[in-house]
Amino acid sequence: MTKASNKIVSPFTQNALDFVNSLEVSGDFNEVRESGLAAFESLPFPTRKTEDWKYTSLHALTTQDYNQAANNFDLDNASELYEVDGLDAYQLVFINGVFVSELSDEISEPGVSATPLSVANDAQRELFKQYVGNIAETRRNLFTALNNATVEEGVLLHVEKNVQLKKPIQVVNITSAQGQPSSAFARCLVVLEQQAEATLIEQFVSTSEPQNILLNQVTEIQIGDGAKLNHYRLHTEDESSLHFGGVYVDLNRDSQFESYQVALGGKIKRLDVLVSHNQAGSHCEMKGVYLPKNDQHVDIHSYIEHIAANCTTNETYRGIMADQAKAVFNGRIHIHPDAQKTLANLSNKNLLLSNKAQINSKPELEIYADDVRCAHGVTVAQLDDKARFYLQSRGISRQEAEIMLSFAFINELLESIPLDALRQKLRPLLAQQFSTNKTLTQHILDEENGVHSEGAL
Amino acid sequence: MLSIKNLQAKVEEKDILKGLSLDVKPGEVHAIMGPNGAGKSTLGNVLSGRDGYTVTGGEVSFLGKNILDMEAEERAREGLFLAFQYPVEIPGVSNLEFLKASVDAARLHRGEEAMDSMTFLKLAREKCKAVNLDQNFLKRGVNEGFSGGEKKRNEIMQMMLLQPKLCILDETDSGLDIDALQVVAEGVNSQRDPNRSFIIVTHYQRLLDYIVPDFVHVLADGKIVKSGGKELALELEEKGYGWIENEEA
Repeated sequence: MTKASNKIVSPFTQNALDFVNSLEVSGDFNEVRESGLAAFESLPFPTRKTEDWKYTSLHALTTQDYNQAANNFDLDNASELYEVDGLDAYQLVFINGVFVSELSDEISEPGVSATPLSVANDAQRELFKQYVGNIAETRRNLFTALNNATVEEGVLLHVEKNVQLKKPIQVVNITSAQGQPSSAFARCLVVLEQQAEATLIEQFVSTSEPQNILLNQVTEIQIGDGAKLNHYRLHTEDESSLHFGGVYVDLNRDSQFESYQVALGGKIKRLDVLVSHNQAGSHCEMKGVYLPKNDQHVDIHSYIEHIAANCTTNETYRGIMADQAKAVFNGRIHIHPDAQKTLANLSNKNLLLSNKAQINSKPELEIYADDVRCAHGVTVAQLDDKARFYLQSRGISRQEAEIMLSFAFINELLESIPLDALRQKLRPLLAQQFSTNKTLTQHILDEENGVHSEGAL
Repeated sequence: MLSIKNLQAKVEEKDILKGLSLDVKPGEVHAIMGPNGAGKSTLGNVLSGRDGYTVTGGEVSFLGKNILDMEAEERAREGLFLAFQYPVEIPGVSNLEFLKASVDAARLHRGEEAMDSMTFLKLAREKCKAVNLDQNFLKRGVNEGFSGGEKKRNEIMQMMLLQPKLCILDETDSGLDIDALQVVAEGVNSQRDPNRSFIIVTHYQRLLDYIVPDFVHVLADGKIVKSGGKELALELEEKGYGWIENEEA
């Protein structure tokens, strides 16, 4: 008897394998699917003893079988869930993993291929096939492996050399309640050739009802020499949502990756972001906020691989945990032996709004080169009594003072978002996390008087 | 205006105020001087309702109301204003939104409507100018990166906007150079009014050259041990606080 056959396969793994095998596929992407399947089979289902999953329990996935196809794709007024006033972007909309052409734009710009695979031409499918699975790493994350094993639909964004995409691309993933617990898969592949530039907005929303669908989404990004991607990833689904996401970025010579991530909490929300500085001179600027409340959970794992010399990383995450919510932040920066002259900075600040809220933050620096400058800092704090009293002593109620101070904690990161329309969409949406009472949020949202108001003075 | 009778208060189990009494009538300016550790700052904090300062005895009546049971924000809305010795820096909250929230709170309390943004902006700019602060300070985070003098001028600007009935200036002169001191004093003097009273807490006589008080009190070991006119301040400056303690004994 071989060792493998002795292995105890978890019910989740077995159900997932059965589900994957039952999917109807074109066969075009068999290579990535097969290697994904092999990787998935080889990875044990995480327990609390698995280091990368220590603070995120997957127990919910073992009590119900989510490895079944979604069956409900009908949504009225879906656009209300994701529209951003004043944002001029190409939209590609998916409901529970299925492309909705009626809600989406056809994109025809010279030098740009931007399309869902389900309506792509042969050349585009060929292009997708060439890159898919090459950037995503499966050895650390079984959900990414499983996603590889199911590749069929997805977004291709390819921008040719020296071309700048004229408008941002807004990829919307909507989830909604299903007749039974289900899984949906989503995929995005971005390839920017030399000196190309683009803005990608990945938006995750749901209907406001209890969710019983697990969304497994993987985005692969390759940024060519001197190219630049502005990336937004916005998670504002219902608090019952299940999300397993992966963003994998390969940076080439003198390329730039600028990313803004916003995550409200879910039942389980896990995001892995892996950025590899493969060639000299690349820059990664990453900013994120996470705001779980009630019983929500958010887990962000970032891995920055400095492989080549003269690259820089600037990573700033801020979290505010309320009620009984839990958050996990794991920020790893790995400086390989050849990555001399690396500049890397990681900052993670957390605010706990209740005695029962939790944050598990772990910065990890692993350095194998001797001529580098790296720093990391983590703080966990509660609201500052002195600042609160100062506001109260001016007549501002304790409640409003606390909301102002909480919002202030993430305001700086919000203000740095270059797309005005997105910033204006996010401000009220995030303020609402602290209170739905508009009299309490009116001053922080006052467009005339806020720090953010450009025209005021 | 304000009547304090036999006020006793402690901070972290330590008795600081030990039977302080003081009467302030409308329009009066009272200076409270005293050595370090006498309880000068504690008085301002107790009156404005800061957490951690426990009143263990006595009464405080402000405009006929017992304020000791009120939250800090209610006292402020009633017209009590504390200019901080160390104004707090609050990055991420703009000075303007903070000022608007304060003024709106006071107006709503008086049964008036919140001020519209444009009118408020105009008013805030005007007050900025009055205390010689650049208008950019309105857009910056509250006191964020302000110099010592700018922070104190920001305090006076808040006072001008809120139009309080009683202003307590807690060592407003500390850390100020002579120019900043003059600007601050001019701001305060411009707010003197038959219906507005001031309590000026200070360690040095210098500030009182610019803001001339009606009464000077010496606070030592949690009590007012001597009261007099403005000439008492000069006497203190000359002789120090020691002679009063000796006189007491």
